[in-house]
Amino acid sequence: MNLINEWAFIGVFAAVAWIFPTLPLVVSWVFRPKRANAIKLQTYECGVETVGDTWVQFKVQYYLYGLVFLVFDVELVFLFPWAVAYNRLDFFAFGAGLLFVFLLTDALIYAWRKKALEWL
Amino acid sequence: MPTQCLDILNTPAACLISSGIDPGLAEFIGILLGVLAVSIAPLVIVIGLIWVERKFAARVQDRIGPNRVGPLGLLQTVADALKLITKEDITPAGADRLIFNLAPIVAVTSVVLMWAVIPFSPYHVGVDLSIGVLYVAAVGSIGTLAIMMAGWSSNNKYALLGAFRVVAQLVSYEVPMVLALLIPVLLAGSMSIQEIVNSQRGMWFFFFSPIAAILLFISTQAEAGRAPFDLIEAESELVAGYNIEYSGMKFGLFFAGEFVHVLTNGLMLALLFFGGWVGPFVDDAPLLGVVYLFAKGAVFYVFSLLLRNALPRVRIDQMLAFNWKFLVPVAIVNLIVTAGLWMVVRQLGIAPGAGFENDFLANVPAAAIMFAGHLLLGGIIMTMVRNAGRRQRAKDTTTTALTVADDQKMVTAQ
Repeated sequence: MNLINEWAFIGVFAAVAWIFPTLPLVVSWVFRPKRANAIKLQTYECGVETVGDTWVQFKVQYYLYGLVFLVFDVELVFLFPWAVAYNRLDFFAFGAGLLFVFLLTDALIYAWRKKALEWL
Repeated sequence: MPTQCLDILNTPAACLISSGIDPGLAEFIGILLGVLAVSIAPLVIVIGLIWVERKFAARVQDRIGPNRVGPLGLLQTVADALKLITKEDITPAGADRLIFNLAPIVAVTSVVLMWAVIPFSPYHVGVDLSIGVLYVAAVGSIGTLAIMMAGWSSNNKYALLGAFRVVAQLVSYEVPMVLALLIPVLLAGSMSIQEIVNSQRGMWFFFFSPIAAILLFISTQAEAGRAPFDLIEAESELVAGYNIEYSGMKFGLFFAGEFVHVLTNGLMLALLFFGGWVGPFVDDAPLLGVVYLFAKGAVFYVFSLLLRNALPRVRIDQMLAFNWKFLVPVAIVNLIVTAGLWMVVRQLGIAPGAGFENDFLANVPAAAIMFAGHLLLGGIIMTMVRNAGRRQRAKDTTTTALTVADDQKMVTAQ
């Protein structure tokens, strides 16, 4: 199968994969009772009425994890071609991979020492 | 897709072409049949999975579990689905309607999409992408987005907290997961899952790198949000996490997605490290491969259920520390050790040469060396963990002893 056909399959598959979860929702929309009122539509939260806005600023820690993840994920993508070609390469490739992974580890150690990984 | 027609069940497209239909049309029919078969499978299976999960949890907790609806309670899930469909559906007044309604659909879609590249047998594969492993990692992480969408659009503080935890957790555990996914790619020299399975005909990759398999299991467990990493839904703290405001079928879809995700993770582990559909007589009867694959996947599914029922939930700081300070370093060291050992084994000519890759005995020396290397590495890691634990406990007991002594002093003073 050629490349276009492969991705055509994924395209058709994605469309079908969208239809399947949508179908029960549509069926449910047809059969379910629709008697909404203002009190029913309140945010449930923990039973008491919500106080204040929900879409607020959040803990910076989550952002830091996101940044550390980004560093890793981008670098990991570069390791995939290396892994695919690995069987055809010699010791030099191992050295090159080692150096690259060392740089990756360097970032982790830096984040660790800077206490970016602590949950404060 | 094979070019030869074996029989209509195994190679539909090739058989249609040979029966004289226009090749383009035959290919299209083949694709359509494949899409339907592969996409319906997880949705049918999930009905059984929910039953298995409930029965299993019941056994662990010394209960009987569902046993009223149908024989052995088998129709309980169908009854539940009917109930969910006829339930009134509430979209909270403050919610972002579009994203709120889209989230459960995205959650299921992301998991079902993973099934497109799963090879069920030598011939039964939706599509054998040349970047299969990367595709699975990419599509799998769309689930993170779905949960974030649900949590953010609910306009509910607990849901939002759950969604934040998801971002921290799923994003973090993706790093060791991708590092573990690199190992089979490296050993097989290909990112196509079918090719990775094919290169395990001689020896399962588990024996070449057991630590990577364990890493993959732990991190996929966290990716699916299962215990002990289920603090995104933490019933006791966050009411239910990201899905509090959901009711009816939308609520059900999140769970359907989760169940299929756990099975998919089991299948991926089986495919990448335990030979997938490889087994006796699989070349003569390709459909046997489906049985082998699901049997292997079921083992990991049941193991995941056991963990879910046996382990308590961890705290968020513990969970993140476990990932960044244990799993990620271990995954990096494991990558270096596996790559190094594999290079040495190949350069010294211990690895099976061309033409002998599928021979079990030819693979034994290389696998033995790599397995021993990994056992040694595992031993070193566990010793380090144990020593760190001892130091931590020693520190904890001294502080506790002090407080007890202080308490007694205060009591005597009074």
